[in-house]
Amino acid sequence: MKITTVNGSSPTAHARPTDARQAAWPRIVMTGVALGFLLVFLVLPLIAVMTQALAKGFGTYMSALSDPAALHAIYLTLIVTAVAVPLNLVFGVAAAWTVTKFDFRGKSLLVTLIDLPFAVSPVIAGLIYILLYGAHGWLGPWLDAHDINIVFALPGLVLATLFVTFPFVARELIPVMEAQGRAEEEAALSLGASGWQTFLRVTLPNVKWGLMYGVILCSARAMGEFGAVSVVSGHIRGETNTMPLHIEILYNEYQYAAAFAVASLLALLALVTLAAKAFVEWRASRSHALYDLEASPT
Amino acid sequence: MSVLAWRRPSLMPGFGLSVGYTVVYLSLIVLIPLSAVFIETSELGWGRFWDTVSAPRVVAALQTSFGASLIAATINAVFGLLVAWVLVRNPFPGRKLIDGLVDLPFALPTAVAGIALTAIYAPTGWIGQWLQPLGLQIGYQPAGIVVALIFIGLPFVVRTVQPILEDLDPEFEEAAVSLGANRWTTFRRVVLPELWPALLTGYALAFARGVGEYGSVIFIAGNMPMVSEIAPLLIVTKLEQFEYAEATAIAAAMLVLSFVILLCINGLQWWRTNRHAA
Repeated sequence: MKITTVNGSSPTAHARPTDARQAAWPRIVMTGVALGFLLVFLVLPLIAVMTQALAKGFGTYMSALSDPAALHAIYLTLIVTAVAVPLNLVFGVAAAWTVTKFDFRGKSLLVTLIDLPFAVSPVIAGLIYILLYGAHGWLGPWLDAHDINIVFALPGLVLATLFVTFPFVARELIPVMEAQGRAEEEAALSLGASGWQTFLRVTLPNVKWGLMYGVILCSARAMGEFGAVSVVSGHIRGETNTMPLHIEILYNEYQYAAAFAVASLLALLALVTLAAKAFVEWRASRSHALYDLEASPT
Repeated sequence: MSVLAWRRPSLMPGFGLSVGYTVVYLSLIVLIPLSAVFIETSELGWGRFWDTVSAPRVVAALQTSFGASLIAATINAVFGLLVAWVLVRNPFPGRKLIDGLVDLPFALPTAVAGIALTAIYAPTGWIGQWLQPLGLQIGYQPAGIVVALIFIGLPFVVRTVQPILEDLDPEFEEAAVSLGANRWTTFRRVVLPELWPALLTGYALAFARGVGEYGSVIFIAGNMPMVSEIAPLLIVTKLEQFEYAEATAIAAAMLVLSFVILLCINGLQWWRTNRHAA
């Protein structure tokens, strides 16, 4: 490989295009600066979580994780996620079907409104449910009279999580279904398939990787949500503390090793999320390549 | 057949069901609860709303939130563009791994990011202890907020710029270079005009996310009123003191500002697609 600097009028006859674009050293400097930036801002925090978690030894680590309050926090996080993600999944599918299979007035407004929760601070996402369901809220007296707890209880945690994870599935599905078009569904329908059959046998298999992708992102955010859940939880230890809230309490009590131990579980979960995301992307691109291969001879 | 007035006929089944479900669910989870903020604020009246929002501590918190987000988004625009460029144009071993890692801030819970960054940048932390003798302090200072927001916002810039950069044909740059332009001129005159809209969108997304960010910031910020207190934290503080009206007024001010940003993002995207269509 020949490295040449191209100076104006005398382009070296057979220089490889890559060489013409960039000499070696700026390329190395740029890569170095970019990697250094990523090292300081992304890799170092991960290493910090892991080392701080084990700073007081493996015994402390395990006892922090097997503490009853920690176990309850893990349990509560899983419950909230298990309720919130399927609800937003169903919504995401319905919204993507509405937006991509039909043309109607107000469609772009609908898409904007679906994205709205991304532009709202998580703290405000918690606040709105206090305004509605809190003791002094609109429905507060009624709920109180019927002995129903929403705020400072599980339903509040689920509602706040639903809000912050609201757009994830829809957002991933809409572009995928848009790219898929309507021809295959229309063919199935004209051959006599019912609406549900068309959806289950034609649409769903076509968008399954996009769907998985949305579910992964949605679950990661649901398990890790802090601000919204913090506002509606009331921080009742062993009752309404999810894992991120448990971390905050431990941290504020100066139990750093324990806080980082619980944090390390969530950090591992984040790495699993990234791996799953990469796998789904790889499968999606492979099925696209296959699809193109099958389509090309015709 | 009055529906036909606002929608084009389609062979597809389930219009009523899917649009009905979408709109009802959207209203129950998002629109009605969000409208509560504005209805509560309007009951306050303009005078009390303005008194709350213009109180020095509130103004300082809003300035801190918006200012730190602005600085962090700017730093992210520069380094995010650099990272995207390196990932697309400069192949190096382990690039796939680094590419995947860019999404870490999306996947890592904000509270975890907050305590990890504090462990690094606190005066006794890994990097903080080396900055301390130089008279620089990041942890428990407004600079800490910026650090947290850089972490949170980075993937927004990288992921909006990256696809555009992948579609950009290096031939244009080669043509510019062969016509005598130097590297910097080529970048400024050939590459940047193509990337500009995507870069602005990523900037706006990172900015919007930074303004509302809470979990990663509160651990590292130090949270001193008037100095390093962010607006979302002030809302939480007011709620804990049962000052619901004031909390709601601050929330309304933040929402209005955020909606304006969202409108700008949509405007930018419209501009981008129309430019490409032309």
